[in-house]
Amino acid sequence: MTEPLLKVRGLKIGATAYPPGEKPVAIKIVHGVDFDLEAGKVLGLIGESGAGKSTIGLAAMAYGRGGVEITGGEVWVNGRNILKENLRNLRRLRGAEVTYVSQSAAASFNPAKKIMEQVTEAAIFQNKFTKSEAEARAIELFAKLGLPDPETIGNRYPHQVSGGQLQRCMTALALCPEPDLVVFDEPTTALDVTTQIDVLAAIKEAIVATGVAALYITHDLAVVAQVSDHIMVLQQGDMVEYGTVDQIINHPQEDYTKALVSVRSIDHQEKTPTDTPVLRVENVTARYQGTNFDVLKNINVDIHPGQTLAVVGESGSGKSTLARVITGLLPPSDGQITFDGRVLNPELATRPIEDLREMQMIYQMADTAMNPRQTVGTIIGRPLEFYFGLKGKAKQKRIQELLDEIELGDGFQDRYPAELSGGQKQRVCIARALAAKPKLIICDEVTSALDPLVADGILKLLLNLQKIEDVAYLFITHDLATVRAIADSIAVMYQGKVVRYGPKSQVLAPPFDDYTDLLLSSVPEMKIGWLEETIESRRMESAGN
Amino acid sequence: MHPILKLIAQRLALGLLLLLAASVLIFAGTSILPGDVAQSILGQSATPEALANLRRELGLNDPAVTRYFSWLGGVLQGDLGTALTNGRDIAESLGGRLKNTLFLAFWAAAISVPLAIFLGLLAVRYKDRWPDKLISAVTLTTISIPEFMIGYVLIYWVAIKWRMFPSVAIINDSMTLGAKLNAIAIPVMVLTLVVLAHMMRMTRAAILNVMQSAYIETAELKGLGMLKIIRKHAFPNAIAPIVNVVMLNLAYLVVGVVVVEVVFAYPGMGQYLVDHVSKRDVPVVQACGLIFAAVYIGLNLIADIVSILANPRLRHPK
Repeated sequence: MTEPLLKVRGLKIGATAYPPGEKPVAIKIVHGVDFDLEAGKVLGLIGESGAGKSTIGLAAMAYGRGGVEITGGEVWVNGRNILKENLRNLRRLRGAEVTYVSQSAAASFNPAKKIMEQVTEAAIFQNKFTKSEAEARAIELFAKLGLPDPETIGNRYPHQVSGGQLQRCMTALALCPEPDLVVFDEPTTALDVTTQIDVLAAIKEAIVATGVAALYITHDLAVVAQVSDHIMVLQQGDMVEYGTVDQIINHPQEDYTKALVSVRSIDHQEKTPTDTPVLRVENVTARYQGTNFDVLKNINVDIHPGQTLAVVGESGSGKSTLARVITGLLPPSDGQITFDGRVLNPELATRPIEDLREMQMIYQMADTAMNPRQTVGTIIGRPLEFYFGLKGKAKQKRIQELLDEIELGDGFQDRYPAELSGGQKQRVCIARALAAKPKLIICDEVTSALDPLVADGILKLLLNLQKIEDVAYLFITHDLATVRAIADSIAVMYQGKVVRYGPKSQVLAPPFDDYTDLLLSSVPEMKIGWLEETIESRRMESAGN
Repeated sequence: MHPILKLIAQRLALGLLLLLAASVLIFAGTSILPGDVAQSILGQSATPEALANLRRELGLNDPAVTRYFSWLGGVLQGDLGTALTNGRDIAESLGGRLKNTLFLAFWAAAISVPLAIFLGLLAVRYKDRWPDKLISAVTLTTISIPEFMIGYVLIYWVAIKWRMFPSVAIINDSMTLGAKLNAIAIPVMVLTLVVLAHMMRMTRAAILNVMQSAYIETAELKGLGMLKIIRKHAFPNAIAPIVNVVMLNLAYLVVGVVVVEVVFAYPGMGQYLVDHVSKRDVPVVQACGLIFAAVYIGLNLIADIVSILANPRLRHPK
């Protein structure tokens, strides 16, 4: 057997934490991982945040981000242990033999330099190619990755191309020096779902065409199933399971893997609409001050008591703006909003306190939505004081009830947000919204920043609370799996318009309009070969037309 | 119109407006100063008739608004009025002084700005190691010592003990450039030491801030060396804050060097201003104030424009 391209043995990675006022603490991030990667193959690393996937990926370049340090083990690349190499030799490896594609191309490109200069920089610096050779290769890669105007796109600055295009440029950057191995670190996670499928297909084609080996890091099992040969499942720095894609997807052995495979399998029966909606949005049109186009165009939707309307769309479709209009943060230029039978004042400042109480919000970033200097008890207690004037024992009792409702037991009252996990923070935000006893809660991408399993827990909690409290949700999301899990009715938004609206069963059943069809068919499925099938069927359709 | 031209035009208009506001403030400020100009010209023994005549002659009986506009009209035509104390044309005597001040400021800047940026880059390269700490310690020490103190210390060592440069910085038009530079060597050293710390710390902070960016990691993972990363990827993105603090220090070099000029008997504007303040020569004080304001606003305007030009999003819109 020939020596594999990448051989990792007993890899241990740690970092040092500096808790304020205490002695530095050594933290272990990865506790001894082994794997091999043959030339030209793709290994998917999958796990939730904190599993150590990115850290392992960067270890293939002997690089530790921030204060991260590789504390033990061996990493062999092309037959030499790179952990034993000095910085000089490492610099010859990085950008030449092993390259890196990051999650956010927008942040990873220098805003002050043209794209071409950055894409060819490593290849020229590492003496792989001359400047003209490197540029010719970059143009070839741009074309291969399906970028528009491959001849001239390199002359643009990063801010002059779209997010999806920039992510492809980043892939070109990584492939330009003809490396043996590329580390893809969540390359499509930050993209809209309809953009993701194209970038994914482009990356896969480029991998096949150049014969490069890859480590593909993601938290989305459905995505990794499309591009990998093997998958390694990681949990908190340990390997849980390793196998071929078929083994992991279709015959998972470990419980954790099984949970990842079956994530988003919440079954939610839709309820029938009532006669009197709790919130009615009529002919709403809105634009931001100082702009000359409407962000929302003639929106009409209803939300029924105790039910969920999911508003789904890509970034820039206007879904968060709709929430701003409903809450009064952005008064509409036309149309009106009726809440519980009465017309709401367009501006937040002129709404009576009762209107404010009955409509609450939960945000995507629970972190920034809470005052870090207040305890959980203070945070949840504030609306109790503000709306109901509760004090002392009565307030304490109610806080405890709310904590029980969000399934956080005793002892959470005195904790600070920094002491909570992501999912727990979001639960506290839910409790704060519930404390006002609202009729409607607007949930703006509340599960987007969470790991799939944690997000599932939040969705289940929200559904459960809906049953108990009979509260309606306006659920804003870009994630169709979430929509399926929670919605009673759905509004699909595209470029400021509602393109499709109705009960879930109707919206998600054919015949589809073009946009909804594109949106639905772009959601990765946990099925080997899904990517090729989808791309192929799209090609056939466009050829047929 | 290119959006960047529009932005720059806006800044220029704003600068002019500010200058106008400054002229109002200067005029109002000097008008409410206690004391009577006619009295100070004629002295304590003047007769009431003589005082009244002079007041009429100088237009002091006109309302303040009228006087302001006639002053402003003169200024716009390059006429700064005549000095009360010696009856000479202010524009003429000020011209030579301003030239000297700018000469000193130019050489101090020519040395201190590149040096500060270089030291800042070096401090980043060796962050938290001894070169960084040494640079910070030395520059912070020199900024903490009063400038006249540094001046006297340098005079003691450089001029008296080592006899390298003269201790008095008197220059005139008949001197060669070399002779002038020789004369101002010690004041330039003092000014450099005074402004170095501020600019160097800002350069260090601005670049360290940029070094946190993801694109610096990209550059590291391309295998580039640290100095190349700082020069090619960090510095271009740190220009705006650095230019701002550089311009503030340049303004200081022009406007705030009174003490240094006095210590070295340098014939610059600061000394000229101080002389005439003590003599209650209001037109001179007004003229100097206006020029200082113009320098300050002008340099900050340049900083603004450079910041705009340094932003690729504004330079190359979508």
